[in-house]
Amino acid sequence: MRDEATFRVKAGLAEMLKGGVIMDVVTPEQAKVAEDAGAAAVMALERVPADIRRDGGVARMSDPEMIAGIQEAVSIPVMAKARIGHFMEARVLAALEVDYVDESEVLTPADEANHIDKWDFKVPFVCGATNLGEALRRIGEGAAMIRSKGEAGTGDIVEAVRHMRQITGEIRRLTMLEAGEIATAAKQIAAPLDIVRDVAREGRLPVVLFCAGGIATPADAALMMALGAEGVFVGSGIFKSDDPPTRARAIVEATTHWQDAKRVAEASRGLGPAMESLESSKLEGEQLLAQRGW
Amino acid sequence: MAGAGPSAPPAKPVVGVLALQGGFEAHERMLHRLGARTRQVRVAGDLEGLDGLVVPGGESTTMTLGIEREGLAGPLRALARAGTPILGSCAGLIMLDSEHLGLMDMRAERNAFGRQIRSFEADVAFRGIDGPPIRGIFIRAPWIAEHGPGVEILGEVEGHPVAARQGEMLAVAFHAELSDDERLHRLFLESVEHARASAASERR
Repeated sequence: MRDEATFRVKAGLAEMLKGGVIMDVVTPEQAKVAEDAGAAAVMALERVPADIRRDGGVARMSDPEMIAGIQEAVSIPVMAKARIGHFMEARVLAALEVDYVDESEVLTPADEANHIDKWDFKVPFVCGATNLGEALRRIGEGAAMIRSKGEAGTGDIVEAVRHMRQITGEIRRLTMLEAGEIATAAKQIAAPLDIVRDVAREGRLPVVLFCAGGIATPADAALMMALGAEGVFVGSGIFKSDDPPTRARAIVEATTHWQDAKRVAEASRGLGPAMESLESSKLEGEQLLAQRGW
Repeated sequence: MAGAGPSAPPAKPVVGVLALQGGFEAHERMLHRLGARTRQVRVAGDLEGLDGLVVPGGESTTMTLGIEREGLAGPLRALARAGTPILGSCAGLIMLDSEHLGLMDMRAERNAFGRQIRSFEADVAFRGIDGPPIRGIFIRAPWIAEHGPGVEILGEVEGHPVAARQGEMLAVAFHAELSDDERLHRLFLESVEHARASAASERR
């Protein structure tokens, strides 16, 4: 008997992306550069987060023509972003047969109350989270992979670190509770009780956890791996730097060898300037993308 | 010294899991459940003294580039020549084929079942494993497009070979490590134990 789109099949692809780097690309040429550098997947989008920030306006799903061009250019998985709550964009992306949909705070939210019902789809979803409750709500809605939100398009790692420490710290604290305390903990973080129980028992999320948002250097990637990320999304960090192919290879190498500082050092040599960056502590209100979604 | 002499009970086998990128931790969890020790392999030095090796699923292009960057192709071939059992799953099957490491006389067709939206689970009647079929999880999976006479096909899905053995090499297009079915890894560990025993008797 053949079953498609079971949760194991959806979450399984993320399992195969582990230890890898997923790179934002805006053209088939960039996708090829990413693949040749060892990217485990690419995220096809119209503008990288740094440009979305600079240009302002509503950021939407990418042109299907561009996504199809990228799908033709590479054999690695191709992901694409839909706006939070915009299930129709997600259906369009599923019809294009992208390998993963990112319901992303980097795009302008379409629904301020509801995220997409991801159980309704055969295509798997990855969602951002800033804390454990948020991660588990997304999994409850059917997300098959979680990433930290970080603060995309800044080149500042501080928010990704905050979110990763928050999520892993909350998981560690859950594992110390006794059975009778789990329901209250679930209520406090507003997360589905059965998933909270799972996490408390296993000491990890039931899906793969990547980091995203502000990764610009090989050492950033290695830092996030050391903090418990199982892989790395790099948005603007590669194609907004001076030498994208070299930096892309270096971040891939540092993600594999994060436990060996000598290898991270070697990978970091002579990369030229990183992307132009923004200190996320200087951003305010509307400029903070991580506050989108709940 | 206790535990070090020839009369000491044999230690558990050490199985390496190629950890350049991919689903290596799921294999480690399965191997631990079956009592094996594991070691993540990222550089040639990590292959030293292994009793077996798993090449996990992942992205085959990423893995190919990683093997090149680390200069692992030669050491991996030497490990195979020394008779060390190797299990490849999904991208691992691709790595073992004649267009990659060349450890098995077969050619894999990448993403043969299609994109993720066509990934699936299916029962695989597996020759050499008793009981009900294995529940195979196929993720952007390859199949074996061609193979030589030395390759024994152990299982098929929809008419395509998805499991094979050649000597000490065992390759499957699916992920048993993502299910609760331990039988494939048990079969692999049996060949690891067998290879260890024959290596030990050669040394005597």
